[in-house]
Amino acid sequence: MDKERQQQAYENYVKKKTPVHNLPANMGKAFVAGGVICTVGQLVLNFCEKLGFDKDVSGGWTSMILVVISVLLTGFNIYPRIAKWGGAGTLVPITGFANSVAAPAIEYKKEGQVMGIGCKIFTIAGPVILYGIFTSWVLGFVYWLLKVSGIAS
Amino acid sequence: MDYINAFWSGGVICALVQILLDRTKLMPGRVMVLLVCSGAVLGALHIYQPFQDFAGAGASVPLTGFGNLLWKGVKEAVDKEGFIGIFMGGFTASAVGISAALVFSYFASLMFDPKMKK
Amino acid sequence: MTKGLQSIAFEKSPYLVSSASVVGKKEGEGPLGKMFDMVEKEDLFGENTWEEAESTMQKEACLLAMGKAHVEPKDVRYLFGGDLLRQGVATSMGVSELNIPLFGLFGACSTSGEALALASMSVAAGYGEYMLAVTSSHFGSAEKEFRFPLGYANQRPLSAQWTVTGSGAFLVGTKRSHVRITGVTVGKIVDYGLKDSQNMGACMAPAACDTIIRNLEDFERTAQDYNRIVTGDLGYVGQSILFDLMRGKGYDIKKNHMDCGMTIFDQISQDTHAGGSGCGCAATTLSAYILPKLDRGEWKRVLFVPTGALMSTVSYNEGASVPGIAHGIVLEHC
Repeated sequence: MDKERQQQAYENYVKKKTPVHNLPANMGKAFVAGGVICTVGQLVLNFCEKLGFDKDVSGGWTSMILVVISVLLTGFNIYPRIAKWGGAGTLVPITGFANSVAAPAIEYKKEGQVMGIGCKIFTIAGPVILYGIFTSWVLGFVYWLLKVSGIAS
Repeated sequence: MDYINAFWSGGVICALVQILLDRTKLMPGRVMVLLVCSGAVLGALHIYQPFQDFAGAGASVPLTGFGNLLWKGVKEAVDKEGFIGIFMGGFTASAVGISAALVFSYFASLMFDPKMKK
Repeated sequence: MTKGLQSIAFEKSPYLVSSASVVGKKEGEGPLGKMFDMVEKEDLFGENTWEEAESTMQKEACLLAMGKAHVEPKDVRYLFGGDLLRQGVATSMGVSELNIPLFGLFGACSTSGEALALASMSVAAGYGEYMLAVTSSHFGSAEKEFRFPLGYANQRPLSAQWTVTGSGAFLVGTKRSHVRITGVTVGKIVDYGLKDSQNMGACMAPAACDTIIRNLEDFERTAQDYNRIVTGDLGYVGQSILFDLMRGKGYDIKKNHMDCGMTIFDQISQDTHAGGSGCGCAATTLSAYILPKLDRGEWKRVLFVPTGALMSTVSYNEGASVPGIAHGIVLEHC
């Protein structure tokens, strides 16, 4: 018990001693970086809709094009540099997801096609896919139950 | 107008997530999981879609939009196929994003070599 | 002979015959850039992977150190080496060609102290004329091992440290030089329960404090008996914590403390946040910066205390704390 309290005291002390990033400044940068990426997305979306694609297909094109841009920027080592400045602004958009797939794919290629790229490509994105699909499954299940029981139509 | 809405809506989501990154010990991977899951839940609660109708890409490009997409997919599939739709919808809806990320990243692994951080 | 609780004072102190440092590009651009023996502009060191690059650095550092003293690998009795990679492969792959009997070590970033302690003990005990101590770290292989792939877009917290790409090798022997290892203090694992692997300075500071005080008490010295007390890689955060901890125990080392992690990089222009870290940090700084000063007699006596944060990605994911360890090496001009 005493040891726990000591550890807690040290943790609090360390927290006080450790410098942290300037939050408002970082939030501002994240706002700009995220905003710019979303605006690029809007540009693609509007362009696709102008070409006559329906909403879903246009959304697909938007995702695909943002993913390509992000993967290329990751390969040329530019995306990490933008992220250093933009923080969450580069993590939150789908470009951040693409970066989290491309980065391990490139880094682990030296460990082989299967055990290297094949396994490690999912090190960061795997959890996102697993929990995303799992959440949608749970929600879908609840929705199905409500539907069968006649509560939802 | 839709550009302005996309800019500031997307920006605000990112700025809020920056608080999580800077002030909690949550690693980026966990934050991404959190975003997708909360997007799906907000979608199911009929909150996300109205927001997306307003914000456009400002809502669909962030990973919360990806979550909403998962929900929309599973709902559609359940409506169409019944029980088995629960197992179809998620992957159908997220197919483009995930396939594109995997395929292009694989190409990237052939084209690029690891580089030092600057 | 043994001294106090954890220390050894050598009756016939072994000499630090020669040393060598090999570093990467960023280190070469730092404040110590001109002092290193070899700066490689290409961080792959002509190899195919970060891991092979690290092994090459070790081999080069060993060859350079032996070359300076005109000693052949076959004259070296034992080699004590270590690095940060899983199962210490950088060492195993790096020094295999030298054909020197090997002790592979792990003490995280404190390994240079562990290697020097064992090498000097072996020489002092008369088990051989020459022993070689070598450690290394590489930014690429360490990031990959402990954090994220290099292309991943993450922001480093201000408490994070930058792993030094470098290797330092030390030839310890009976042949006369101007620097002797007169004593060692082997450190204990000290765990204050911290779990933040991105704040290693804070994890290691208690261990550094423990070992420094142990050394002062065992040898019945005051902090002023040393020209410098040199910690390995506490960084800016760890240093300020170390000062507080020492003051709490009644010691003031502010005036003569130096940290290799804070010396090797320029915090502002090189954007390394809390400082350098890694097995190569303390080793290359010792070889390039501290030993020349001792050699010239600018400093008479130095306590070298490399510090290590003992963790693996598994222990971290399983929620274990990050304990620290530090070893003290007493270096004297002669």
